[in-house]
Amino acid sequence: MEIPYTVQNRPDTGIYNAKLGIWLFLASEVMLFGGLFSAYVLLRAGSEPGMWPHGWLDVRLGTVNTLLLALSAITTLLAWAACKVRDFRKFKIFHACTILLALAFLGIKSYEYHDKFIHYEIALNDGTFVDGHLVEKSADFDLKKKTGTVTLHGRAVTDRKELMDLRAPEAKAATLEEHVVAAADIKKMQNYGPWHNTFTAIYFTMTGLHALHIIGGTLVIFYLWGPGSRMWKTDPERFTNRIEVSGLFWHFVDLVWIFLFPVMYLT
Amino acid sequence: MQANVQQFPPFREPEPAHGHDDHGHEHHEPGFWTKYVFSSDHKVIGIQYGMTALCFLLFGFFLMLLMRWQIAHPTQPVPFLGPLLAKTLGPMAAGGVISPDLYNAFGAMHGTIMVFLGVVPLAFAAFGNYVVPLMIGAPDMTFPRINMASYHAFFLGGVVMFVSFFIPGGAAQAGWTSYSPLATTIPTNGQAFWLVGMVLLITSSLLGAVNFIATIIQLRAPGMTWMRLPWFVWAQFVTAFILLLAFPPLEAAGVLQLMDNALGTSFFLPTGLAVAGKVGEASGGGSPLLWQHLFWFLGHPEVYVLILPAMGIVVEVIANNTRKPIWGYKSLVYSVLAVGFLSFIVWAHHMYMTGMGQKIATFFQATTMIISIPSVIILTCMFLSLWGGSIRINTPMLFALGFLPMFGIGGLTGLPLGLAAADLYLHDTYYIIAHFHYVVAPGTLFALFAGVYFWFPKMTGRKMNEFWGRVHFWCSFVFMNLVFMPMFAQGIKGMIRRMSDGGVNYSAARVPGAIDTLPGSVMELNTWILWAAVGLGLAQIPFIINLFWSIKHGEKVGTNPWQATTLDWHTPTPPPHGNFPKAPRIVRGPYEYNAPGFEGSFAPQAEFPAADHGHAQPAHH
Repeated sequence: MEIPYTVQNRPDTGIYNAKLGIWLFLASEVMLFGGLFSAYVLLRAGSEPGMWPHGWLDVRLGTVNTLLLALSAITTLLAWAACKVRDFRKFKIFHACTILLALAFLGIKSYEYHDKFIHYEIALNDGTFVDGHLVEKSADFDLKKKTGTVTLHGRAVTDRKELMDLRAPEAKAATLEEHVVAAADIKKMQNYGPWHNTFTAIYFTMTGLHALHIIGGTLVIFYLWGPGSRMWKTDPERFTNRIEVSGLFWHFVDLVWIFLFPVMYLT
Repeated sequence: MQANVQQFPPFREPEPAHGHDDHGHEHHEPGFWTKYVFSSDHKVIGIQYGMTALCFLLFGFFLMLLMRWQIAHPTQPVPFLGPLLAKTLGPMAAGGVISPDLYNAFGAMHGTIMVFLGVVPLAFAAFGNYVVPLMIGAPDMTFPRINMASYHAFFLGGVVMFVSFFIPGGAAQAGWTSYSPLATTIPTNGQAFWLVGMVLLITSSLLGAVNFIATIIQLRAPGMTWMRLPWFVWAQFVTAFILLLAFPPLEAAGVLQLMDNALGTSFFLPTGLAVAGKVGEASGGGSPLLWQHLFWFLGHPEVYVLILPAMGIVVEVIANNTRKPIWGYKSLVYSVLAVGFLSFIVWAHHMYMTGMGQKIATFFQATTMIISIPSVIILTCMFLSLWGGSIRINTPMLFALGFLPMFGIGGLTGLPLGLAAADLYLHDTYYIIAHFHYVVAPGTLFALFAGVYFWFPKMTGRKMNEFWGRVHFWCSFVFMNLVFMPMFAQGIKGMIRRMSDGGVNYSAARVPGAIDTLPGSVMELNTWILWAAVGLGLAQIPFIINLFWSIKHGEKVGTNPWQATTLDWHTPTPPPHGNFPKAPRIVRGPYEYNAPGFEGSFAPQAEFPAADHGHAQPAHH
């Protein structure tokens, strides 16, 4: 028993099965990310005035990542085109580029995540705040026992709101320096993980889910580039279809980033 | 359009149906695991889904019985099952008494199990998987292995849900709607299990939906044009689109709530949320309303996922047993498309009480009234089809006929709930419980029973026992109404849902000018409902025995015992792997019963030309 139209287009619908399948899957993905973008809009619109962060993310890194994904979209397309004209060597080269670009994207993303996890906001008992990147904790540092000190590279502010808009002139003018804080003075110390506020929560959730898509897509493309490419010898047409279908997924993942970048980094 | 038909590549001829152990291209007898557990055959997967779903339906029914006992006899130990509960669930059921926490867990899980593990898998996945490829003349689903993965994800989701009863703290207790912040603040990991289970179930339905749509678009046999599709296929097609597009936002919401529960984010937790008298650690700034929007964006279309496949079954059974074409086929098709589309823009009528604003309420009130139009057209077509038919009464037809007034009651009692002014009073009372149960229990479930009795001969080659089928129908019909009809009265009198004591404390608390006691007659109904529910349970015993007994001992019948026109009845019984030994060619519409110009009482949709594009002989042995 064989299923018809796995490779050839059905004449009256003009499409083969897997291509229809991936488009349907992508429609559902649109709704998934659509739900999350709607959540973003509602959370941001409902936030307290002055409490939605701006400029917390590095636009330069975001721009580089955007370019990386845009380039990978081009190499994906070229890899498929190479299959279409039956040039296997070029396919190998182009999709090797795709995989490397994806890994570079993930590398930069991990660096950005790490940067948030070592970024702390400390609320002091006197009502002021110290905010910055962790330099070091003294050996005996313990929040519960209230011993030792922690050193942050950043700034001290009196109003938490000053930490929210880093694009404001005052924030840009502020000089960053090392602050040594004694554990005994600390009321609450928290890093910029998802739990920090609604912005970091939605930032980590959406970019995290996007990164999972990147990882999944990279694994599939790597499989088709490596062990899966044996099909080229037996059934090049079907293999080309696989490259097309995985490419469609990859373009969708790129497109999601094209929305994430302005929403998270630029506004 | 013969020329058009010729363009199709030939069907691959599968092996002959009988006499060989050959199974498609595998030249060996498949073992138990490949045949029944890791099968990619749509018929096996359909039966897997069906049996699992029936088990979950029974399990969900027992949860309901336990709750009804607690409502009628609060704080009294459960008879018979009490010791078992105390043993398996520990302190939550100490002494065999259902604690309020356990009652909440049962309530939440009854809804979840009935909807996501019972009715949807049975109506959509089981019947859809088994029947749709047969009806459209396809050899299988387009993606058989993805189909298998879909069932496995569903099964795993069911296991996660089931296991959550036995963890410390018990299963999820925030209702099947899992409203935040309640769902985040109840101290049990059951909610995390619920969310993980839901993600698995959503994955399963996503894989299924992609498969159904692709199959219906790509694998229709030559000549099976869109307007020749049996309406059941149309209903499944629209259902698949609803599942495909409405479920993902709930998945997004599930991920966000899981983050709230596991990582301490505040997506749905407002600023300054206090739990047990203490302001929590959470950062705040979240929106409880956001959860409700995301949940009901799935939740309402889900209602149509429950009802459309059931309507599809009813249409097939009615057309077959009235022995005449279904009335208004085109109206049915356009109506189901309209329902599918409109179902996406009515969700907030579940949220009139949230204070989301009058303007929004007005919009959703309007769309809710509009969606009732195509729904009524569908029901009207079914009723009018009966007119002038020489109706054959048998068990499937009895259930299909029972569906009509039951769904009618369920649908019409929904109208006051769609209007904000009336809903403010009726919201969260037993009235709404009665309303949606009339849609789903005597409505959808009756249609599903009709489907089981109707397609059982296709799956096994034997009919289920007719006498016990009728006993099953009449007892179910009477007890269903005895269970749910009194709830309308209770709700109108002001009895609120989700009270673990059945309203005793509520009734005792008198606040002058605000709350009046519930009259004794209303409280007394709780006992009546309990015994009606027990009767309903007993009425299912003939069905369960009949189902298993008939597999071996039912009356043997041929391939087409109901003298049906559609393609599913024109394959060998049970259909072999690949379904059609000879390629079908569809030559007419689906409901040509007693049509002028044909001999006999029905004209089959398909012809099976002997020679087929040079592939006249079976391929090989």
